[in-house]
Amino acid sequence: MNTTWLWLVIVGMGVVTFALRVSVIAFQDRLTLPPALRRALRFVPAAVLAAIVAPAVVYGEGGLELSLANERLLAALVAALVAWWRKSLLLTLLAGMAAFWSLRALFG
Amino acid sequence: MPTDAEQRRDEQTGERWGARASFLAGAKAAAPIYIGIVPFGLVTGVSAVSVGIPVTETIAMSAVVFAGASQLAGIQLIANGAAFPIIWLAALVINLRFVMYSASLAPHLRAVGLGKRSFAAYLMTDQAFALSVGQFSEDDNPFEGVMKFWFYSGVALPIWVLWMITTVIGAVFGAQIPASWGLDFVIPLMFLAILMPALRDRPALVAAAVGAVVAVAADGLPFNLGLITAAVAGIVAGQLAEART
Repeated sequence: MNTTWLWLVIVGMGVVTFALRVSVIAFQDRLTLPPALRRALRFVPAAVLAAIVAPAVVYGEGGLELSLANERLLAALVAALVAWWRKSLLLTLLAGMAAFWSLRALFG
Repeated sequence: MPTDAEQRRDEQTGERWGARASFLAGAKAAAPIYIGIVPFGLVTGVSAVSVGIPVTETIAMSAVVFAGASQLAGIQLIANGAAFPIIWLAALVINLRFVMYSASLAPHLRAVGLGKRSFAAYLMTDQAFALSVGQFSEDDNPFEGVMKFWFYSGVALPIWVLWMITTVIGAVFGAQIPASWGLDFVIPLMFLAILMPALRDRPALVAAAVGAVVAVAADGLPFNLGLITAAVAGIVAGQLAEART
């Protein structure tokens, strides 16, 4: 991993993120948010988070694994149930990792 | 924290909700949130070093970006060897929600200047936004004008301090954990835990389902463009689903 490249990534991410945060707060006297953008923003968390989770869970070392033999997929289902049942970050992580490790120990 | 001069001025005017009292009230109101920050910060530190990012850069990322979800996505993309404009674009899409928060917070920060507004913007998190705007819209909210800034800072600053401490702990101890443990699996689990409460209604569910399917189908796209494509598809699908109901 190239250090200069890594710093370029980090600083760029920081600039982008700060620009979004400061946008309306700093320039509220001159800036109004179009209603269409406001409506679209509502779906950003659901769409983006699902798009990050799905490939990380269904792709195994041998490519696409949409079966019960995929311990990541099964563990993620366990974690999703726990997250839905109790809105606890810690409990979700513990349940997901516990399921992942036990499935790997049993079948891996 | 408020400066002594600001504190003296509040005492002279006999204001019950002075700068210091407002700041402390914010910090107290945010206390239940801290428990959620600890595992999130630890996981971010651990997963960064688990994909090979050095400890110094891991800490720098937490200070410069200070946005957990985009940091985790960035870490994943760095591990995948994505091109840097793609990682920036991913941060942009994931953090687009901050524009929405910025718009909600803006009227409450009218009383302070550009410096304090920028400070408040840098410290913006899902939690600090939700808690402060919630407090300010209560019928019996005692915080007005500049005191809104101090209350918000009281909520936001301890979250930042805790985020830095836990990232450092995660990064330092994470470096000792062998890769065979598969600890990087906590990244999708973390996103899953944040995703579930966001699935509040049918349109949000549609947005998530379309986002997930497109992301899997588009996984082979060059430069890891799959994530952006899937996010846009999900957002459009959510809006279509909302228009139909």
